[in-house]
Amino acid sequence: MAIAVEGACKRFDDFQALDNVSIDVPEGSLTALLGPSGSGKSTLLRAIAGLETLDAGTVTISGEDATRKPAQKREVGFVFQHYAAFKHMTVFGNVAFGLKIRKWRKPQVEARVHELLRLVQLDGLAERYPDQLSGGQRQRMALARALAVEPQVLLLDEPFGALDAKVRKDLRTWLRRLHDETGVTTIFVTHDQEEAMDVAEQLVVMNQGRVEQSGSADDLYDDPANEFVMSFVGEVNRLGEHFVRPHDMQVVIDPDEGAEEAMVQRIVALGFEIRVEFVLGDGTEVWAQLTRAELQKLELLEGQIVYLRPGQAKSFSGDSSALDGDGASTPRRPEDEDDAEVTAAA
Amino acid sequence: MTAKWGLRGLAFGYLGLLLLAPVGMIFYKTFEHGIGPPLEAMTSPDALHAIWLTLLMVAVAVPLNTVFGVGCALLLVRHRWRGNAVIDGIINLPFAISPIVVGLSLFLLYGNDGWFGPTLAEWGIQVLFSTPGMILASVFVSLPFVVRETVPVLQEIGTEQEQAASTLGANAWQTFWRVTLPAIRWGVAYGVVLTTARVLGEFGAVTIVSGSISGETETLPLFVAKAFEQFNEEAAYAGAIVLALLALTTLLLMSIGGRKAKAQGGPIPITGDAAISTSTSNTKEGS
Repeated sequence: MAIAVEGACKRFDDFQALDNVSIDVPEGSLTALLGPSGSGKSTLLRAIAGLETLDAGTVTISGEDATRKPAQKREVGFVFQHYAAFKHMTVFGNVAFGLKIRKWRKPQVEARVHELLRLVQLDGLAERYPDQLSGGQRQRMALARALAVEPQVLLLDEPFGALDAKVRKDLRTWLRRLHDETGVTTIFVTHDQEEAMDVAEQLVVMNQGRVEQSGSADDLYDDPANEFVMSFVGEVNRLGEHFVRPHDMQVVIDPDEGAEEAMVQRIVALGFEIRVEFVLGDGTEVWAQLTRAELQKLELLEGQIVYLRPGQAKSFSGDSSALDGDGASTPRRPEDEDDAEVTAAA
Repeated sequence: MTAKWGLRGLAFGYLGLLLLAPVGMIFYKTFEHGIGPPLEAMTSPDALHAIWLTLLMVAVAVPLNTVFGVGCALLLVRHRWRGNAVIDGIINLPFAISPIVVGLSLFLLYGNDGWFGPTLAEWGIQVLFSTPGMILASVFVSLPFVVRETVPVLQEIGTEQEQAASTLGANAWQTFWRVTLPAIRWGVAYGVVLTTARVLGEFGAVTIVSGSISGETETLPLFVAKAFEQFNEEAAYAGAIVLALLALTTLLLMSIGGRKAKAQGGPIPITGDAAISTSTSNTKEGS
């Protein structure tokens, strides 16, 4: 394992940021820490980098206990959401910083910096100052700076969070390729599930300072451990005790056993996909994702009474994903600590 | 339009009447009979000694308060601690207390009946009526400037650059010299200019602790005051001009430094913004 965190706890005043968190990140993998704000994902990343000290628990990097090591000795590359560019240095100076600290000789520094600037496609801009770069360029400069010292692991804290949508998408693809090229074990933090699924090989879903589930994007989507993961990774409807993906909602015209009465409230055509919104008898609003063909076959009209059947429903009150639940279906934490670990790329 | 010009006129009138007229008057009076008389007045042994002593005050008090000020600002901003509020309040004391009172309190502390006076006298250190006391007074009255100018800049730059430096292998010392100090240098420089100006012009506190002995414990402001009292107007005006020139030199040195940084493409916001608009149109984003 390149990085292993065991039983990490961290409290800020009266806020429990990390509550007994354990993760394992295999060598050379690209892992996403995914969760809403306040879920502890950034704190966990900063604890791995040594920018935050843990109240309890251990951090192991490349088999070595790094818990008590200061950040400067951990050999991690860290990229901040707001770039943290050294504003009084040129792009060259920024990328060369770690090398100069390590007392590299001048010719080697120059060669290495230009190699990295080529890698991040900034080679013509070495003499610019950070203020003269766009956001995307600044973030690539920050990446080059972090990679220059050949870190054992690369940690990215919401690296695309401050960029606009178009640049974000480009950089995602680019980061994926960069990872393939360098092979550095990489962890990145995001609150955007689409971004996490797009870039990462494995995801760790966090909530309220705990790991809810970890695994590949498919694992999380098809077999979520609890209600939180199900609703955070992908869209979800709630039908009584059952949770159903909108594309698993079956609409039938005639009453049927196990189907619930609903009124068609609105039909929205989004190109190929049709979004049909319903109101249930108890006032709950749900929606179904249909294809154009399905809609034409059903001939639905707004205001019509139909019946909804959860095709593939999940219930988290019991252990199985059977349809019959017994009530309380609140998000629960994995009881077994093993559940909380990222297993090697499945 | 007229309102705008009215306001401008008012501003100029106000500044002219309150600042420019008195200072201009001194220049006029000094050079009324050419450069000879003031030059002669300022090359007398007492005058030269006063200039030297004033520069000595600056040379000691400014570096002391700069080092202390930057360190103290780092402590206040970077290390959250209950005692910070107390330190913060104490630092403002020199602003709150009249310089005369500062002089009196030093007199009480270091005088023959004071707490420290007798002990120091035993060791052969004479504080009052000599240079150490004057330095103490100068340091006291000019202490808050660097702290006050540095604290907001430190708060504004945040800690991320410093954290980035540490993940890149820099220790605390390297981080301070290579990242923090360059980032706050304008705040510090402004604090240094204000400190210098304050030390150059200090009168009240120094007057009490120095005894104002001509040729020995007389700084330029004291020299000017004494010359004025003795109706030696030429020396008084000339001394005032030298004081003004010294302060102007400090300001000039700082703005030259600033322009140099600008020419190097440093982080001066205005040029930075202009450059961003050209760079985004010239270079492709992402890919």
